[in-house]
Amino acid sequence: MSQTKESGESPDRSKGGQGNFVFWLQTRISQFVVAPSFLAILVVVYGFILWTGYISLSDSRMLPSYNFAGLEQYDRLWSMSRWYTALNNMLVFGGLYIFISLLIGITLAILLDQRIRMEGALRTIFLYPMALSFIVTGTAWKWILNPGLGVQQFVRDLGFETFTFDWIADRDMVVYTLVIAAVWQASGFVMALFLAALRGVDQDIIKAAYLDGASLPRIYTTIIIPSIKPVFLSAVVILSHLAIKSFDLVVAMTAGGPGVASDLPATFMFAMSFQRNQLGVGAASAMMMLATVMAIMVPYFYSQLRGERHA
Amino acid sequence: MLDTSALPGRRSIGQIIGRITIYAMLLIFATYYLMPLFVMLSTSLRPLAEIKSGSIIALPREITFDAWVKAWGQACIGTKCDGLSPHFWLTLKVVVPSVIVSTVLGMINGYALTKWRFKGANLVFGLMLFGCFVPYQAILLPMAQTLGTLGISNTPLGLGLVFTLYGIPFTTLFFRNYYVSIPDDLIKAATIDGAGFFATLWYIIVPLSPPIIVVTVIWQFTGMWNDFLFGAAFSSGAGQPVIVALNNLVNTTTGVKEYNVDFAASIIAAIPTVFVYVVAGKYFIRGLTAGSVKG
Repeated sequence: MSQTKESGESPDRSKGGQGNFVFWLQTRISQFVVAPSFLAILVVVYGFILWTGYISLSDSRMLPSYNFAGLEQYDRLWSMSRWYTALNNMLVFGGLYIFISLLIGITLAILLDQRIRMEGALRTIFLYPMALSFIVTGTAWKWILNPGLGVQQFVRDLGFETFTFDWIADRDMVVYTLVIAAVWQASGFVMALFLAALRGVDQDIIKAAYLDGASLPRIYTTIIIPSIKPVFLSAVVILSHLAIKSFDLVVAMTAGGPGVASDLPATFMFAMSFQRNQLGVGAASAMMMLATVMAIMVPYFYSQLRGERHA
Repeated sequence: MLDTSALPGRRSIGQIIGRITIYAMLLIFATYYLMPLFVMLSTSLRPLAEIKSGSIIALPREITFDAWVKAWGQACIGTKCDGLSPHFWLTLKVVVPSVIVSTVLGMINGYALTKWRFKGANLVFGLMLFGCFVPYQAILLPMAQTLGTLGISNTPLGLGLVFTLYGIPFTTLFFRNYYVSIPDDLIKAATIDGAGFFATLWYIIVPLSPPIIVVTVIWQFTGMWNDFLFGAAFSSGAGQPVIVALNNLVNTTTGVKEYNVDFAASIIAAIPTVFVYVVAGKYFIRGLTAGSVKG
């Protein structure tokens, strides 16, 4: 089979010239078994994207309609202040979420990489949030951050009666509470990514630098971290992808509120499509989300695939 | 990490302080990660009157399992007051077949795409891979219409179909990346002995696959169990999966807010995935990092 791999062809036994059906089937069997999955994906991913694209160009409101209306829905979308709120929140939330998750993730990875006792137990503790549903995470943090129930009340009960921490009820601060919960959920995963990479760094170079008298922080900043650069890229891509899709967490924690102050594009799309009878605007916002994800993922995959080919 | 203790040099005071700092930081982080779990557990065991008298960040003075009983069997979700249990079983009924079907399909696809390569196999894989990253918002409206046309919206079959379809890109990716590293010579030897596509799959590939099967099953199970978007878009009432039902339970605005019931329900909904994570954590991590760190 190694030979077929090089040529990229199906098993090359047809040279004998048999034309019977069974033989033909055998040489094609691998195409036949992939075909159902492939066709299904073509329809439910690519076909449905085109369909959504078409809805976004129609005059659909409460019911889907297929009257072509040009960019009317996009005009409406980009004139809605709620959409700008969602985009603005996306930038703030996404930026902080990615940055803080990276920071905590790499810090934890480096700390855990210092020949720590009970590393396994600590790793489990840092990573278990990733197994939870965002609805569970959101519920927990919603009550922890609730001024009358959670941290604020706790500190006040300790005797600091003027202590205030009510971001979740504050229109201007609510988006930061989303960051707190989202970072809690994802930073352990970033740690796992970095820890795996740190363990893969060539030990001999580190040993040599150490024997040359380089300090540990210096070894990290000048040798180890530069050598795991690709992991930064992977982590940023994965986190930004998670950020753009963030939906459950907002629904559970703030339901987009107070008002629509913590709306994100994903909750905006859902509200327009399923609650506000604005199918066309919903579809248009979905297409904007898709375009953003593609702008991030396509160059990444291109570079990954190129790297694989050159390796 | 470098084992400095094995190298020349002595343990200075500075090093000892360094160690203490490292442990202290790790401990602080561990507290941050455990705090919500602690709050959920402790609150779910406290009577409501006790919770209302202070904050939820406290140990129970009096332990009661009433909230758990209520969350499981009596809490009101929408108009029905049967608790989470019907939704829990429904989700299991949807998720288990979906996990099995998508995993088997992913295995066959991964095998065909690596060991019986055909012209365009890479393109087929690339196109399928995109299915892992598409924001589902972009397919939500057509899928809702399609399920409606087929008459299977708000049925376990409909939801299972959606889970399975959008699971295939992930399972194919996992198996494909795993099978790439299996030597082609094994397959060659089998085909020379007369084994065809399926015989080779069954006798050669499947026995080599348990690790990646575990990774894939865990990944699919947690993803589907924790799904909210599809459940919220394509189901309602008694047809809601457990996570959607949980959200409705927690966000009900009528009546007295029962925090202990909310948290008991949250834990119940989280138990299956956390259980899987604790028993098979190693594989869970491997699934998370699959494809992100290339060896």
